[in-house]
Amino acid sequence: MNECKCGNSKENLELKEILKKYEKDKSNLIQILNQVQEKYGYISTEAQKEISEYLGISMAEVYGVITFYSRFTLKPKGKYNIAVCLGTACFVKGSEKVLDKVKEILKIDVGQTTENGLFSIEATRCVGACGLAPVFTVNDEVYGKATPEMVESIIKRIREEENSVAEK
Amino acid sequence: MKSLEEIDEIRKKVRADLDLRVNENANTQEKHILVCGGTGCTSSKSPVIIENLKRLIKENNITNVKVIQTGCFGLCAKGPIVIVRPEDVFYALVKPEDAEDIINIHIKENKIVERLLCKDIDESVVKKLDELNFYKKQERIALNNCGKIDPENIDEYIAFDGYKALEKCLFELNPDEVIKIVSDSGLRGRGGAGFPTGKKWSFTKMAEGDQKYVVCNADEGDPGAFMDRSILEGTPHSVIEAMMIAGFAVGANKGYIYVRAEYPIAVRRFQIAIDQAKEYGILGKNIWNTGFDFDLEIRLGAGAFVCGEETALLESIEGRRGQPRLKPPFPANSGLWGKPTLINNVETYANIPGIILNGAEWYSNIGTETSKGTKVFALGGNVNNIGLVEVPMGTTLREIVFDIGGGIPNGRKFKAAQTGGPSGGCIPEEHLDTPIDYESLGAIGSMMGSGGLIVMDDSKCMVNLAKFYLEFTVDESCGKCTPCRIGTKRMLEILQKICDGNGEEEDLEKLEKLALNIKKASLCGLGQTAPNPVLSTLKYFREEYLAHIRNKTCPAGECKALAKYHINPDLCKGCGLCKRNCPVGAISGEVKQPHVIDEKKCIKCGACAEKCPFKAISK
Amino acid sequence: MINLTIDGLNVSVPEGTTILEAARTVGIDIPTLCFLKDINEVGDCRMCIVEVAGRKGFATSCIQKVEEGMVVKTNSKDVTEAREVVLDLILSNHHKDCLTCVRNGNCELQKLAQKYNLQDVEYSGELCEHKKDLESPSIVRDFNKCVLCRRCVATCKKVQKIGAIDVANRGFNSCVSTVENRSLNDVNCTNCGQCIMSCPTGALREKDNTKDVWKQIKDDDKFVVVQTAPAVRAALGEEFGFPIGTNVTGKMVTALKRIGFDKVFDTNTGADFTIVEEANELIDRLNNNGVLPMITSCSPGWVKYIEMNYNEQLEHLSSCKSPHQMFGALIKSYYSEKINVDPEKICVVSVMPCIAKKFEANREEMNVNNVKDVDYVITTRELARMIKQAGIDFIKLDDSKFDDPMGEATGAGAIFGTTGGVMEAALRTAAERITGKTLRNVNFEEIRGEQGIKRAVVKMGDKEVKAVVAHGLGNAQIIMDEIKNGKADYQFVEIMACPGGCIMGGGQPIRSSKERATIDIRKLRADCLYDIDEKSVIRKSHENPVLKKIYEDYLEEPGSHKAHELLHTSYVKREKYNM
Repeated sequence: MNECKCGNSKENLELKEILKKYEKDKSNLIQILNQVQEKYGYISTEAQKEISEYLGISMAEVYGVITFYSRFTLKPKGKYNIAVCLGTACFVKGSEKVLDKVKEILKIDVGQTTENGLFSIEATRCVGACGLAPVFTVNDEVYGKATPEMVESIIKRIREEENSVAEK
Repeated sequence: MKSLEEIDEIRKKVRADLDLRVNENANTQEKHILVCGGTGCTSSKSPVIIENLKRLIKENNITNVKVIQTGCFGLCAKGPIVIVRPEDVFYALVKPEDAEDIINIHIKENKIVERLLCKDIDESVVKKLDELNFYKKQERIALNNCGKIDPENIDEYIAFDGYKALEKCLFELNPDEVIKIVSDSGLRGRGGAGFPTGKKWSFTKMAEGDQKYVVCNADEGDPGAFMDRSILEGTPHSVIEAMMIAGFAVGANKGYIYVRAEYPIAVRRFQIAIDQAKEYGILGKNIWNTGFDFDLEIRLGAGAFVCGEETALLESIEGRRGQPRLKPPFPANSGLWGKPTLINNVETYANIPGIILNGAEWYSNIGTETSKGTKVFALGGNVNNIGLVEVPMGTTLREIVFDIGGGIPNGRKFKAAQTGGPSGGCIPEEHLDTPIDYESLGAIGSMMGSGGLIVMDDSKCMVNLAKFYLEFTVDESCGKCTPCRIGTKRMLEILQKICDGNGEEEDLEKLEKLALNIKKASLCGLGQTAPNPVLSTLKYFREEYLAHIRNKTCPAGECKALAKYHINPDLCKGCGLCKRNCPVGAISGEVKQPHVIDEKKCIKCGACAEKCPFKAISK
Repeated sequence: MINLTIDGLNVSVPEGTTILEAARTVGIDIPTLCFLKDINEVGDCRMCIVEVAGRKGFATSCIQKVEEGMVVKTNSKDVTEAREVVLDLILSNHHKDCLTCVRNGNCELQKLAQKYNLQDVEYSGELCEHKKDLESPSIVRDFNKCVLCRRCVATCKKVQKIGAIDVANRGFNSCVSTVENRSLNDVNCTNCGQCIMSCPTGALREKDNTKDVWKQIKDDDKFVVVQTAPAVRAALGEEFGFPIGTNVTGKMVTALKRIGFDKVFDTNTGADFTIVEEANELIDRLNNNGVLPMITSCSPGWVKYIEMNYNEQLEHLSSCKSPHQMFGALIKSYYSEKINVDPEKICVVSVMPCIAKKFEANREEMNVNNVKDVDYVITTRELARMIKQAGIDFIKLDDSKFDDPMGEATGAGAIFGTTGGVMEAALRTAAERITGKTLRNVNFEEIRGEQGIKRAVVKMGDKEVKAVVAHGLGNAQIIMDEIKNGKADYQFVEIMACPGGCIMGGGQPIRSSKERATIDIRKLRADCLYDIDEKSVIRKSHENPVLKKIYEDYLEEPGSHKAHELLHTSYVKREKYNM
């Protein structure tokens, strides 16, 4: 979404569709951001500008709100977002070790994306599957009773799949 | 639109159809297979189980069996859970492929699938859910409908007396009488601080304003707590009904429910419930021709723990950063857009319909002198029966952990229980017999909180745990006031120093002084309670802190920097596996000779201990 | 009246008074940091906490109102300890390079540290690191010195209604930021500098041009002319301990000469030109169905604001340059010919109460034949620093007069520095131009004073001119919306970006939160200018003899081709955000 300046790119038109659903009321900011985040996986500068104009609030304020809420991101996440739960139940059951393993394998930190755009790591607070603790998710897929070995093999599998797709 | 009479008709008819849900001897040929559709069971593929069941029913031309997706049954540890009614057979840890056996054996042959029955802690096989020790001391009020009805079907809610309390309020009571019932019931806020609910309602009613609002706080941020989510997923109409009753009582015609966006299932079901209520004319204008209007809207949170603080939540609904406002003025006088606003949390609301229908006394007979009714806890951590429990106030921690929770797994010892999440404290074994109520928990340095209850065994380091909570608050502090923004960070730095083995004894005094002043000087509840996990562990586990400082050891062995890996020469066979796996070459030794670890080189990653086939390496 | 006791003293104050204000009436000084009266009353910093008997937790005295029978302790053991911890924490995350900080000696944080006798930081730890923003021609942001009081944010957002900055991130990583932390130069900042005036520390400051100016002065090949805006003389004395509102014109001129400027001129004279040109433009628009209302254009923060926010309404803006730009253009044309010095060799330095002038002087439009009208703009604060650097004992200076031939100005030029002043000066000239008669009462009281928007109807012969004065960009927005929506029934509008006008500009001496709460600084400074006006022999711009002579000799007449070339400008449609 960054490159286009004409204001009529496909993304921009889609964004305008999202905006149209909401009244031009400041209190809709977070609702709109949630939609944009969900649709694009992040909130681009262009989107911020568009939203700021639509709701009549400054870009600094929009940016302030985005950076306040952890659900919103300014950069796209990886194709596979690995989110390790650091809720108390998972923590007590050793989720930190799982997170350490992911960081070790991918050589990136929480909140970062690998250079090839394949993986990103997130530390979440409670995905609501405490019965399965410790838990991590890869995109929408939940993996319970997780171990460092388990996450290692899953990353390995994804890499292999991606490689074979690339070869084809 | 449905008239009151039409709704009453639905109630009678559907209630008769659903008799098999609550009556083992129901006179029916029908069977209902109830599958838990809560977030926990959904994560372990319960939707696929439902899909498979439905497919098999169709393939086998079975006509008398329905598959119902319900809310949470409570015993998440045994999920996914499937129950067949009316015979009330309870299957645990069901996998998608088990649908075959459930249909082929249970439905078609009318035999119990023995292998899917649940084993209790004492290894006894249990056929019915209620037979589990887990349920014996529980009393379900807030969770009453969870696991009983299809939350996406308003008729099922109506069948079990749904919206009857609202009807009673609108036709038989005036707002003051409603508030009196709530006050007399002794219900207190289930979100944390325990403010008397009736009082809050009456303040909002008394406040002057042309427009008032009713807000439901469903921003359950305590990591490891999922009471509110389960209520929203299992019985969303209870909350709608209660909010309407509250609106009637305080004079508000607009409601907002603020839900975490991280709860997609709850959000979806709640929206369905709103839509259905609107379709029936229960939500909307001039409800049942009484002149009472009520409109309800969902607002999504976006990942900020502090938004559970009521004024931060209001800021967030208004579309801003969730930074708390200074109190007073309280929301009852100046809330959403400066208008009088009533804010209660999900569980508080979920108690309301029952209280209105059954009376204040019914409710106040349950519980203790100062804390009435029941409380829902999300039991987690090192305990056998992880799940959601609802117990009468006054139940002791020991009963919850050992009788309901089934004790500590893996033969380990109980060390502490943590209530109140990042705002609460750690409770040691000596206080296990404390009855659960607001005052008692406060007196031992913890708090009721929203209901997270995490059990820890003796492998957990309390300093590390305090650090974990501080990391959380540092991460979640809104940054508005100085003590919380910088103070919690400094506390964390001191804890890190101790966990790294660089702590000095005077650090504990510094830590305590800082903690106490953060509590006193912070602007909102988050900062005022953030030091609790540190203060309570300092109080009950000071020796453990001192061990980190004086002896540079972590007795529980959790603090990596303090771990000292050691190869027991008697057990070591000299296979060399540890040597090959050591990333820094800290291990040396000849083949078939005991190996040794060079402490100076060791980075305490633990790889050697994990790999050692003879368990010769310990820390 | 509400009766209460504070630290054992009986206090009686009107209902609605805060504990902080009540304490001040009996000489108890409760410390504050984030508090800025009427602008930022949020209770963030936690310095002003006090104990109120019977209440759980501390009360926030800057917000909490007094109640009957309240018993307040402002210095109990608990309060003092908590306050010390809070202060210690603030300092623990502060880059303590006080010696080289522009606010050394005038820093609210420094004063608190002194007051609490802090000798060491107990809770030292990780320091936030922020990149400095040096790209704006007007403002330097160094958030390593920020204490997150948010006074700047509130000022930008609530007073000026701009929102160029806001709080970003959360927790320990919270910081005041523009969108994506871009330079102020690339966002909707108008360079008004009110954020600087609100900042208790050195996190926000003007871009310092004193080194550039010193270099010019020391350069023997350069003929360095300085001009000073009206508002400077009403405030410069404050930097040397004079009471607020002291007129230090004479000492200022002496100091400028001692510093080494070749000529010291008065921007008030430039203001007289602006009035004559602007009145002429107004009459022209009135008579020839021009775009009305006409809006003044001498506040560069305001000009940038309209260019970004209402660029469909640019035609309403007077084409007149601001006084110092007009004056610069005249110095480099008329005066350069007169003294026979190549304009390339003349350096014009403007001493202004304004930091947006730094931006304005660098605008592409502000030159004639590729010669910049004004080379450098320094603020009142920067001038004070230069005076101190030069070793001049300001207090002991004798008075001097501005240099001829461009040193004589009218009272009308002087009141340019306060809200309503430009309008008043213009009305004096316009009235006489339109009626052809002498205006006896030159004081237009209805457009003086602190009210954010002032409206007046002025009869000029058979014509009735409706005039509106707005100051502060928040008020400007109200007027612009009226114009945009076709609701404006007035013909002439004065807008100043800064609340109070130039005397309260972003380049003026910075007064503490306490002073702002307890002293009417605007009025004292404005009174100084009105006093200069009252005492002036000539109080109408068009009667200025210097001006008359320059029109005769050089510019021909107001609105002439030559005048347009030198004294008028044009505007651009500007994007709010360059990204």
